[in-house]
Amino acid sequence: MQQKFLLTLSFAALLIAAPAHAAPEAAPVKATVEGSAPAATATEGAAATDAASDATPAAPAPAADGNAMTKTDGDAQTMEADGKTAAETHGAAPAEEGGHHAPSLPQEEWSWSGPFGVFDRHQLQRGFQVYKQVCASCHGLSRIYFRNLSALGYNEAEIKSIAAETQVMDGPDDSGDMFERPGRPSDHFKSPFANDNAARAANGGALPPDLSLIVRARADGSNYVHALLTGYEAAPAGFTLTQGMHYNKYFAGHQIAMPQPLMDGSVTYEDGTPNTIDQMSRDVTAFLTWASEPNMEKRKQVGLKVMLFMFAFAGLMYATKRKVWKDVH
Amino acid sequence: MANANREPFENKFVEWVDSRLPVFTMIQKEYGVFPTPKNFNYFWNFGALAMVMLVTMIASGVILAMHYTPNAALAFNSVERITRDVNYGWLLRYLHMNGASMFFIAVYIHIFRGLYYGSYKQPRELLWIFGIIIFLLMMATAFMGYTLPWSQMSGWGATVITSLFSAIPLVGEGLVTWLWGGFSVDNPTLNRFFALHYLLPFLICAVVGLHVWALHVVGSNNPTGIDPKGPQDTLPFNPYYTIKDMFGLSIFLIAYAFLIFYAPTLLTHQDHFVPFNPMVTPAHIVPEWYFLPFYAILRSITFDFTIYLIVAGAAGAVLIYNYCWRKTPCEKTKPFFPALIAVAVIFGIPAVLLAFFKDVEALKGIIGMIPFAGVHLIEAKLGGVLAMFGSILLLAVLPWLDRHPVRSGRYRPWYRVALIAFVASAVLLGYIGAKPAEQPFITIGQLATLYYFGFLLVIVPWLSHNEPVAVLPNSIHEAVLAEKK
Repeated sequence: MQQKFLLTLSFAALLIAAPAHAAPEAAPVKATVEGSAPAATATEGAAATDAASDATPAAPAPAADGNAMTKTDGDAQTMEADGKTAAETHGAAPAEEGGHHAPSLPQEEWSWSGPFGVFDRHQLQRGFQVYKQVCASCHGLSRIYFRNLSALGYNEAEIKSIAAETQVMDGPDDSGDMFERPGRPSDHFKSPFANDNAARAANGGALPPDLSLIVRARADGSNYVHALLTGYEAAPAGFTLTQGMHYNKYFAGHQIAMPQPLMDGSVTYEDGTPNTIDQMSRDVTAFLTWASEPNMEKRKQVGLKVMLFMFAFAGLMYATKRKVWKDVH
Repeated sequence: MANANREPFENKFVEWVDSRLPVFTMIQKEYGVFPTPKNFNYFWNFGALAMVMLVTMIASGVILAMHYTPNAALAFNSVERITRDVNYGWLLRYLHMNGASMFFIAVYIHIFRGLYYGSYKQPRELLWIFGIIIFLLMMATAFMGYTLPWSQMSGWGATVITSLFSAIPLVGEGLVTWLWGGFSVDNPTLNRFFALHYLLPFLICAVVGLHVWALHVVGSNNPTGIDPKGPQDTLPFNPYYTIKDMFGLSIFLIAYAFLIFYAPTLLTHQDHFVPFNPMVTPAHIVPEWYFLPFYAILRSITFDFTIYLIVAGAAGAVLIYNYCWRKTPCEKTKPFFPALIAVAVIFGIPAVLLAFFKDVEALKGIIGMIPFAGVHLIEAKLGGVLAMFGSILLLAVLPWLDRHPVRSGRYRPWYRVALIAFVASAVLLGYIGAKPAEQPFITIGQLATLYYFGFLLVIVPWLSHNEPVAVLPNSIHEAVLAEKK
């Protein structure tokens, strides 16, 4: 009887907790470093090593097994490993292919850090603008659908018109022909190149990765993206830069195929936000962080409810336990 | 028949079922009035917590499988679709991927509990062995689950681990091709791993059933390691331990919820978010944290087992057997011991030089003079695989390695110190497993591996005969009263 009562009470606690997540504020809490697995180590020694031998001398190195398929590009300079790769795969992780330690990333304060952190809609829209006007000429974002843009604060009509700016290949129609039509909210973002080979051909052999998961696919992703975009500088004396490569402080090996994408004034913000390199890179970092996990805010909202419930429930369980055990010993 | 001494139930439906299949009687007996030592501490929660995690993993896994596509071209995308587009798919995925970590945390603490309080000892040897089998099945299941997102880590992790089997002499290469279903990790590998990943949890359930069955035959151990002697030593399982487990579970779930909602990728390598590409090898292929100690043991065997190592090892083994495993050395063979020691030293020096000092510039001259240096019985790779599997299988025979009459580490101060160092060595190995294979990590890992095996094969057997037997309290009740004072 008593336990039944306590159970009811626990559920009551859940209901009370339900609206408690309203108006979450951006808390300047240091980011939970997601994606920093215990093993997130920088590359040592030779670049692009055959990893099995690097990782385990006792295990067979796939390349050493004579399995030609697993042979990796020995050329550490380019971010792009050899061979045909899915756009996202290229440069599997930044630390892998450089021969040097990248300097540690500056830790920025982000509005979405911490358990109550949320995105700033204006910033997401600015970041989307930077993506659309700068990044999208080389990088796809194919896991994002136009309908997802409602999360940035666009209404249905706006989303329809954004989608319609793109021409999408559809078909076959009744006569068997493919045809182009304006994009719809249910379409995903169109990648700039038809395939990886076309992307390489247009980029001097380098393959610009799809950015849908870029923040998750890099250690300390948000800080990494921001650091990379602001990390271009002249190569120090004595550093030999391969032709067609660019010097970047934060890129492992410091040589990156991507030319500096953002310059002061690259885009013009409608809301009058200063369009400095730092501001634009912050904005596009916000946008790409959202794109890597569009459900982040929802996750934290549900988490708050669950946490409040669990603490209340644990308290009740403890009280009950005390009561049950009172006369023992 | 169990029915003969069955108490009828008041509820007519319950009685109808129970008189035909006495499930209610069984639940009443095993989870209602089941006499349980009254002095459990919170370490005794973790078996139940592991059970909750097993159920959670199966429940979330079955639903994930409804949305997942086990095809090399589609798997990664389907996992992203689950995360982005399936209703609460992100929650399912985070429940499942962090659930694996929480399951292993629960099981590792559960195993530590068994080690510390001597739960593996007579009469619970079989119970313990079922536990080790569950652990092995869990590892296999977790490894195959790791490959399913078909990320860089998935594909390359699968390549490294399956390639271990190529170390087996003669059949190794063929075995690996057979495991892969082709000449590299590819679609057939993914298909079968998915099938097995779905199958193995149900085998785990079956072995858990045996584990719990065996537990209910011999009864639970307790922090004193003393058998209950009467009703003053025990409590009925319900409500005392049901509510204590509920409280422990609440705290455990808070930690779990923290991972799911605030740090879902904290324990995940970033390469898990890059699609698998057989053409690009990541610089570091690392397993999930719960495999790292075993991975470090695997990598610690960097040397071939030369004839010197084997002869010195065999001589050493005879000496260890006589002085550590046996109470007193065998009288018949005793006269040969000086010769054995000489053999161990004479062969040991070149063995150690070849195994560990090959790269030291100053010693190259001396090492170069050792004859038959290239002759070996076990290659380093096979040695690593044997050491890795041996490190787990040795735990299964622990009840026979440890013959000390006292169960609980509470009354075994020597064993307690050695055990805590053993746990420290396992944690250290976990750290080493996450580091690249270079100095000083290799040497630290080798020393930790040496202690890991030394504890199981030398220290524990030696303590069996040499650690003083403490005077134990007369009963659990008495021990509890003494604590209260």
